Amino acid sequence: MNNSIKAVLISIGTLLFIIGWWGFIQGNLGWETEDYRFDRVVSLLGIVAGGLLIGSVIRQGSLIRIIELKGILRPFFDVFAAVIVGLIVGAAVMDLFKFDPWLAYSSLFKGAFGDKYGWADTAFNATPLVLTGLTFAIGVRAGLFNIGAQGQMMLGAIAAVGIGSIAMPPGIHHMVTIMVAMMVGALWSLPAAFLKAKRGVHEVISTIMLNFVALWLVRFLALKVFGDPNRAEKTVSVLESTQFSTIIPGADVTHVVWISILAALLVYVVLWHMPLGYAVRSTGLNLDATRYGGMNPNRAMNSAFVLGGMAAGLAGATQIIGRPPVFALYGDLSQIATLGFDGIAVALLGRNHPIGAIFGALFFGALNAGLPLMQIRAQVPLEMVRVIQGVIVIVVSMPELWRLLNIKSHALKLKAAFEKPQKA
Amino acid sequence: MDPILFISIKVLFLGFQAMIPLALCAMGEVLAERAGVVNIGLEGILLISAFTATVGAYFFENAWLGILVGVFTGFLIGMLHGWISIYLKGDQIISGVGINLLALGFVAFGIIVVWGTHGQFSLRPEFTLKAQDFFSGWNVVLPSNAPGMPAQFLGKISILLPFTFMMAGVIWWILHKTTFGLRVKAVGENPEAADVAGIRVERIQMISVLVGAALGGLAGAYLSVDWNGLITRDISSGRGFISLATVVFSKLNPLLTLVGAFVFGLFDNLGLWLSTFSNFTVNIFGWEVEIQISNYFYFIRMLPYVVTLFVVAGVIGQARFPKALGVPYRRE
Repeated sequence: MNNSIKAVLISIGTLLFIIGWWGFIQGNLGWETEDYRFDRVVSLLGIVAGGLLIGSVIRQGSLIRIIELKGILRPFFDVFAAVIVGLIVGAAVMDLFKFDPWLAYSSLFKGAFGDKYGWADTAFNATPLVLTGLTFAIGVRAGLFNIGAQGQMMLGAIAAVGIGSIAMPPGIHHMVTIMVAMMVGALWSLPAAFLKAKRGVHEVISTIMLNFVALWLVRFLALKVFGDPNRAEKTVSVLESTQFSTIIPGADVTHVVWISILAALLVYVVLWHMPLGYAVRSTGLNLDATRYGGMNPNRAMNSAFVLGGMAAGLAGATQIIGRPPVFALYGDLSQIATLGFDGIAVALLGRNHPIGAIFGALFFGALNAGLPLMQIRAQVPLEMVRVIQGVIVIVVSMPELWRLLNIKSHALKLKAAFEKPQKA
Repeated sequence: MDPILFISIKVLFLGFQAMIPLALCAMGEVLAERAGVVNIGLEGILLISAFTATVGAYFFENAWLGILVGVFTGFLIGMLHGWISIYLKGDQIISGVGINLLALGFVAFGIIVVWGTHGQFSLRPEFTLKAQDFFSGWNVVLPSNAPGMPAQFLGKISILLPFTFMMAGVIWWILHKTTFGLRVKAVGENPEAADVAGIRVERIQMISVLVGAALGGLAGAYLSVDWNGLITRDISSGRGFISLATVVFSKLNPLLTLVGAFVFGLFDNLGLWLSTFSNFTVNIFGWEVEIQISNYFYFIRMLPYVVTLFVVAGVIGQARFPKALGVPYRRE
């Protein structure tokens, strides 16, 4: 690496480090300050980034050296890079339309983590995203691009509305509602599974078509069948015996959040510590080897579809039985309109790992939780977050992102030297 | 007017009107898939280029410039997708899904910041292609059958319809009668052999993807600037995915995409047409049956997706895809 590049990188790193420290000390005044230009976590990020930059240059290597580590750090770098690029592109788009990106992001951050209600809102928004993320993650592990979480989740939600209005003792009612929603979600994934196994229809086409059918079906059910006779804009509220209580009074987050985390842990156990999960992961890695190993890849794919459908159905249910104060579905479906597609980004950010999905959901949950404050303070439309999300997914799909930095490391040169003779 | 004749002309008209975007997307995708690259992001291309075409028509005050902007947008997104999936060897499906997600947010965001309206903006009629004096298309008018009855105006067939038919022929000709087409097929079937034979695999794939994406951009521009004359945040409503189904239906034959697009487009438009009906009564063997169409509105809107699902399920066993489809080519 060139000495001048080294010098530039070191000075940038030092700058980040110093600014980070200064911001950290300023930010110690508390969350309530109006001056949130240097908040604690942002400045910590600055310190970490600066430190990494200096460290990587001084240790004789380059950025690529660290990033090409084969160890556990590699995926984190990829994810971190995707998020950073997403935020930068988002800032550029905001700048293009004459919004203040810094104000937008800082109010987003304050809205999501500013106080305990912010944290509660983040958890509330993350709850369904963990589950729809699981749907996509399980699919990818089985080699499927199951983007049907949207439709399965919607049907799960309307099923929860239907079952939730039948009188039952509490406790049992919670369980029955959740079970039925999961079953309905799984049922809606079966046509895609069948078409994939028997007819070879690519699951992207079949699940998208099923999503649209589900959309109109749920609109019909929400407005014509379960519509609230007193309030036209929503369905009937579920009975109190199936409502989850709030954790913090005054915030939206309910105890249903534990069910969501439990589901992620369960999926982890199923995928990594049970024969079914072994077959699923093996199918995703190598179809022929799976068959040769005596497992049935079709059965594994079907189980992946059904498991994913159950997670998605549960996601829909959490939006009904864990949504104070209405505990109902709005007729325009606004509360569940994008959860299924958000789940794709969540899963990709979590590297298609159930535990990773929790963190991915926390990130996007925080984005969604900070939206109202961002809209009030910086006048940025809510849809901005979908732009950031799309960019993040596109960046995640680039495996050799770091080559773009165009810093020629020793490793790359060596690789090229090895490759050349083989070509001839 | 003979009702049978009326219905058949109406059906033809509906099919022709809605087949244009599906056919353009599908034949572009046929070319790309023959070269071994899947573009799931067609839906996003449709949506974004419908938006940018509207922006172009609005600011340049000219429908044709709007269409041009739409095509160029499709081209640019194709460049992004091609760069990721061909040169960076990224995952084609994830890249396409990302483009779709980006489109959902970008268009909803863009409509708000450009026009300040939520979810929808209607172009002034004179900036749509329908209102152009020159080469604007053909009015479909049913002549009156009785004196004193006015002629019935069905709608307008776009100038892009003959262009669509022509493009299907051109792409078929390129695929089967030119050296380039032979190279495309070779690259899709066996990129290693093509590379050994001296074909620049990545360049061929990139050109195919760019042509496909530009046609997708044209289709998107047609949706907003020509057909509907307005942009909504969900104007594509699954047409990108229906055209992927059309590709399957056509067994990767550009000429057959016209047939598939007509069938799928017919049901697409039939749903839209039927949902504008009010209640009517039918006389079945002397029984007066009142059909309340508003009760069936939601089920009518499901129609195109259900039909697509069934047709694809019935057809797909016979389709044969290129061997290297979806697999990025790396030199060893």
